[in-house]
Amino acid sequence: MKTPRTKMRVQDSDTRKTNFDEVALGFSLEEVKIEARRCLDCKNPRCVEACPVHVDIPGFIKLLIQDKPNEAYDKIYEDNILPSICGRVCPQEKQCEGACILNIKGDSVSIGALERYVGDEALKHNIVHQETIIENHIKIGIIGSGPAGLACAAGMRRKGYHVEIFEALHEFGGVLQYGIPDFRLPKTTVQTEIDRLENIGVIFKKNIIIGKSITIDQLLEDGYKALFIASGAGLPSALNIPGENFSGVYYANEFLTRVNLMKARNFPSSPTPVKIGNNVAVVGGGNVAMDAARTAKRLGAKNVFILYRRDQDSLPARLEEVEHAIDEGIDLRLLRNPVAFFGENYVLKQVKVEIMELGQLDASGRRRPVPTGKYEIIDLDSCIISIGQSPNPLLKQTTKGLEVNKWGGIVTKNHQTSIPGIFAGGDVVSGAATVILAMGAGKDASVEMDLYLRNKGVLS
Amino acid sequence: MYEILDKISINKDVDVMVIHAPLVAKNALPGHFIILRVNEEGERIPLTIVEVKGENVTIIYQKLGYSTMLLGSYQIGDKLNDFVGPLGNAAHIRDSKHVLGVAGGVGAAPLLPQLKEYSKRGAKVDLVIGARNSDHIILVDKYKEFCDNIYITTDDGSLGVHGLVTDVLKDLYLTKAYDHVIAIGPLVMMKYVVEMNKKRNIKTDVSLNPIMIDGTGMCGNCRVSINGKTFFACVDGPDFEGEGVNFDELIARQSYYKEEEHDCKLKMVKK
Repeated sequence: MKTPRTKMRVQDSDTRKTNFDEVALGFSLEEVKIEARRCLDCKNPRCVEACPVHVDIPGFIKLLIQDKPNEAYDKIYEDNILPSICGRVCPQEKQCEGACILNIKGDSVSIGALERYVGDEALKHNIVHQETIIENHIKIGIIGSGPAGLACAAGMRRKGYHVEIFEALHEFGGVLQYGIPDFRLPKTTVQTEIDRLENIGVIFKKNIIIGKSITIDQLLEDGYKALFIASGAGLPSALNIPGENFSGVYYANEFLTRVNLMKARNFPSSPTPVKIGNNVAVVGGGNVAMDAARTAKRLGAKNVFILYRRDQDSLPARLEEVEHAIDEGIDLRLLRNPVAFFGENYVLKQVKVEIMELGQLDASGRRRPVPTGKYEIIDLDSCIISIGQSPNPLLKQTTKGLEVNKWGGIVTKNHQTSIPGIFAGGDVVSGAATVILAMGAGKDASVEMDLYLRNKGVLS
Repeated sequence: MYEILDKISINKDVDVMVIHAPLVAKNALPGHFIILRVNEEGERIPLTIVEVKGENVTIIYQKLGYSTMLLGSYQIGDKLNDFVGPLGNAAHIRDSKHVLGVAGGVGAAPLLPQLKEYSKRGAKVDLVIGARNSDHIILVDKYKEFCDNIYITTDDGSLGVHGLVTDVLKDLYLTKAYDHVIAIGPLVMMKYVVEMNKKRNIKTDVSLNPIMIDGTGMCGNCRVSINGKTFFACVDGPDFEGEGVNFDELIARQSYYKEEEHDCKLKMVKK
């Protein structure tokens, strides 16, 4: 009989509701061995094709079977500089694991868990990918230290460039730092991965807002030969319904930034507070919504529910996060669409939701939610709006000639913007997507940027 | 890290601080603000840039809560953990010939660079400045350098007119006409100045300082309703035309964390 897929051990749901420790506990060596042997080592591996950065998945799995975790790390690092992070936050069921031939029977190899193991072992034993960097002394700048910026920085640094990353906030990592909570991605993991880039010579500069502290033109005058814009999608989308500016109504960005970046969960020993009360609604169905709901629960909210206008199958969040949220007692109130907030003295008290039903398929291939004209009113202490983010508008406002589309995304061709020498990638181009897609864009952009500098004769 | 080069106490609650921050100074204009964190655990505090000289940036703050009290405990030679800017939009300097500034309390600090800019461009500038008591009337000497007339008022009558800035305005408008008014101070003050000016068809620019976290347009904490539309004070402001601002909503948002701020301040007082 075939070995079934190994399930990752998790922190018990009653315990984890009260802490911010990581929920998924990772594989043991035995589990790794069992799981690695399930890989069929396909001749034309569909998993590699489905991976946005094309990690040689059967290759690293084979090395794990041969007891060579360090070589497995080298193999992954060739294509993906952040295996510990991607192993945790990639939507594997839609990428590598979704494409795995074993998934036809719903039993794919746990590729994400294996990748995480390889990354974590390397971090734990401080295994560094050995490589020699030949300096070319050409200075390039990266705007934003999120996944796209980090990937581009790594790519350019390994080609010998002098790479500087500019970060607007006081910590590096972008959404990995302010957005994704510790219980899903421990901040120590993020920091260690960033330290590794620092060790290969990438220069990190915080508290610099490109477009304000220094403009793009000023950077070019200062001798940066090319720039990569990776400022992300941080502008929260609004519901545009009455009462949205009442106190107690948060955008997920504010709520998560307070808790993650500003460490409000340690208030008052950390001076930034966060207030949510007992009844919390989260509007939206993506990863950010799940993160916000589970964070609210951990902060002590009694009733946390998700208001989502479609059905459960349409939730865009990673499957594992939805399952974890349900285990933790998050109440999914599906086919509910908020239409108004009610408050007293501008402080939130209730939300009015319209009950939806499913209609015809829409452009996204999901059944469209249709209003029924029936409403519910729900008592609330706070509401966290998590229906998406669009690209940060700051650079567009301060950079003449930078072309953007009607959603505010920077227009690129082969990762080049409308201004020569200025490249862009990640969420600021695509709109809010995933960590791995942003990393893929950063990695590809580094290839284009190198080519551009060579063609221009900056690098001979 | 950002070194404190100078620090002067104006009164027991308000300090002036000069900080070495070349990248903030480089592109700063009147109306811009900064965000600072005192130490590694610090809150992000937004403060208006009062003056820029070379690579140095002057700020003025009132020691009201935990973080500003902590900032006040730092001395010349100490270093601040984070200091980022310039943030927000530069003040929109109108083409006015006769401008009135209205400052309430520590609002005299952000108003100073704006009024100075008007004077520099040749406008005649008057000032109404109000505070709790004479100790809290600040920066008058700096204003004297370029203002034609300065009218002082205090809540307790310890200096100037006994009353509120609106009391002074009422009398002033009997004899004087202004192209427009810039009011910066507590939200309640700005609200009543705008209401009063609306009746007289005088335009009022206000500068808003709601609670902010990142200050770059991401969190939405600083949102403000203007004529029913939402704006982010950090990237759309901090200056707005006062007529459409929903001050009552903003006052509620400003006081949402009052209890928490109090709890946190106790920690500082105990120290």
